[in-house]
Amino acid sequence: MPGFRSTYQGSSFFELLRVDHPHLVAQAGGAPGLAGGAVAPGAAASVPHGTTVLAMKCAEGVLVAGDRLATENYRVASRDLQKVFPTDDHSLMAIAGAAGPCIEMARVLRVELEHYEKIEGAPLELEGKANKLSQMIRQNLPAAMQGLVVVPLFAGYDRRRKTGRLWKYDVTGGRYEEAEYEATGSGSLYARESLKKSWRPGIARDEAVRAAVEALVDAADEDRGTGGIDVTRGIYPNIFTCNAQGIQEVSKEEIAELHRRVLEARTSRGSA
Amino acid sequence: MTLPFYVSPEQIAQDKAEFARKGIARGKSIVVLEHEGGILLMAENPSTLSKIGEIYDRIAFAGVGKFSEFDQLRKVGVRYADVKGYSYSREDVLVKALANAYSQAMGEEFARSPKPLEVEIVVAEVGDDRLAGHERNAIYRVGFDGSISDHRSYCVIGGNAESLESHLQANFRPNLPLGEALKLGRATLERAQNGNRLEVEKLEVCVLERTRPTRKFRRLSADEVRGILGS
Repeated sequence: MPGFRSTYQGSSFFELLRVDHPHLVAQAGGAPGLAGGAVAPGAAASVPHGTTVLAMKCAEGVLVAGDRLATENYRVASRDLQKVFPTDDHSLMAIAGAAGPCIEMARVLRVELEHYEKIEGAPLELEGKANKLSQMIRQNLPAAMQGLVVVPLFAGYDRRRKTGRLWKYDVTGGRYEEAEYEATGSGSLYARESLKKSWRPGIARDEAVRAAVEALVDAADEDRGTGGIDVTRGIYPNIFTCNAQGIQEVSKEEIAELHRRVLEARTSRGSA
Repeated sequence: MTLPFYVSPEQIAQDKAEFARKGIARGKSIVVLEHEGGILLMAENPSTLSKIGEIYDRIAFAGVGKFSEFDQLRKVGVRYADVKGYSYSREDVLVKALANAYSQAMGEEFARSPKPLEVEIVVAEVGDDRLAGHERNAIYRVGFDGSISDHRSYCVIGGNAESLESHLQANFRPNLPLGEALKLGRATLERAQNGNRLEVEKLEVCVLERTRPTRKFRRLSADEVRGILGS
């Protein structure tokens, strides 16, 4: 029964693909086809890149947010790209870097977590999920060396420790747990600077959402690659909160209202 | 010179089938029935080792017989469904193709292997009103020799399948509320125990819920079952 019984007998979907369906991994996390020297110099820059995403701990868990812009060199590739993906009921991945491999990796991770849960009959621990993502990024290293970088944030609610946790990654799959907040992508420096002022331990949910909106406005203000809030088209950032009850997306209306207030506060002190 | 010992293919198949049937008859039964909100899968199973499991968004698996054998089949199904859903789309994973693949694999195993599988399985798929053309439920039963059949309304596998099925035939009504379906399922399983009361703790109960988004499979805890039964 080709295609039905697999040689791989473990619990990992990513490994199952690598062992039994290597042609599918070429499009997935690994991208060996691209890593084999097929990427022309400069070509990596002309694939869409996602820009600023951030994550922070808050009172009940974590908050993850991302702007919507994807750029191709200096052009807009997409104005409404989604960069924050729920990977299961209690974890999220936010992507920055080459959009194609990034989105594919989020997709594989989602199937990976679900697959493990079904095969084993119990979900992975949050740290186990974060670690699996490390291994997938490490597999992508050859492609990253060609410029197709995947540097996500991973965050979620740890049901054993009853707290939110978040991790950042480097291109080698290095995994660093952050105790407060973190941002990645081209506007991350400015988003972090903004969060440094507004974040405090045990920040409440509403305040955290406001801090995220402000950080994204600040990042878009300083970094040309970060998409501001596009009022004319009605395109707002994706903001998710995750706590013991699961994941909730913050409504467009709430973000629009917070954005209006942020702009109002800043307009009144304008000097130009 | 001695003649090689000859056994006719009919005899071999018969012997194997008898062996498999004996193995399956020793096990307890599983009842699968459609109800108002989806599909209910119920097993008499006092242990923590599951006989019922999730395959994919709308598909559940149930197996009777040798645990190691049907659990292996369950995992094969999960791998098949996840790879298919990943390489095409989630909506391309359909129970009919899965049941066919099981039938092929189990039929082949029956023909080739000296020891046949001592299992019987059901794969059930709940319909989704949001997907035009996929609104209907589907239930397939695959036997130890790969024989496959599709069922409307209900299906029973395991030791006393025929007697339990006749009970369902007499008492099943379409669109039962979940509570009523649970009572009917329990009463059906109790027939295999000469009508002795089956405690909720001895039941494994799972549902495919029509209205749940994406992953429709859910395992009900003993407390939940007790709450729904109101006992």
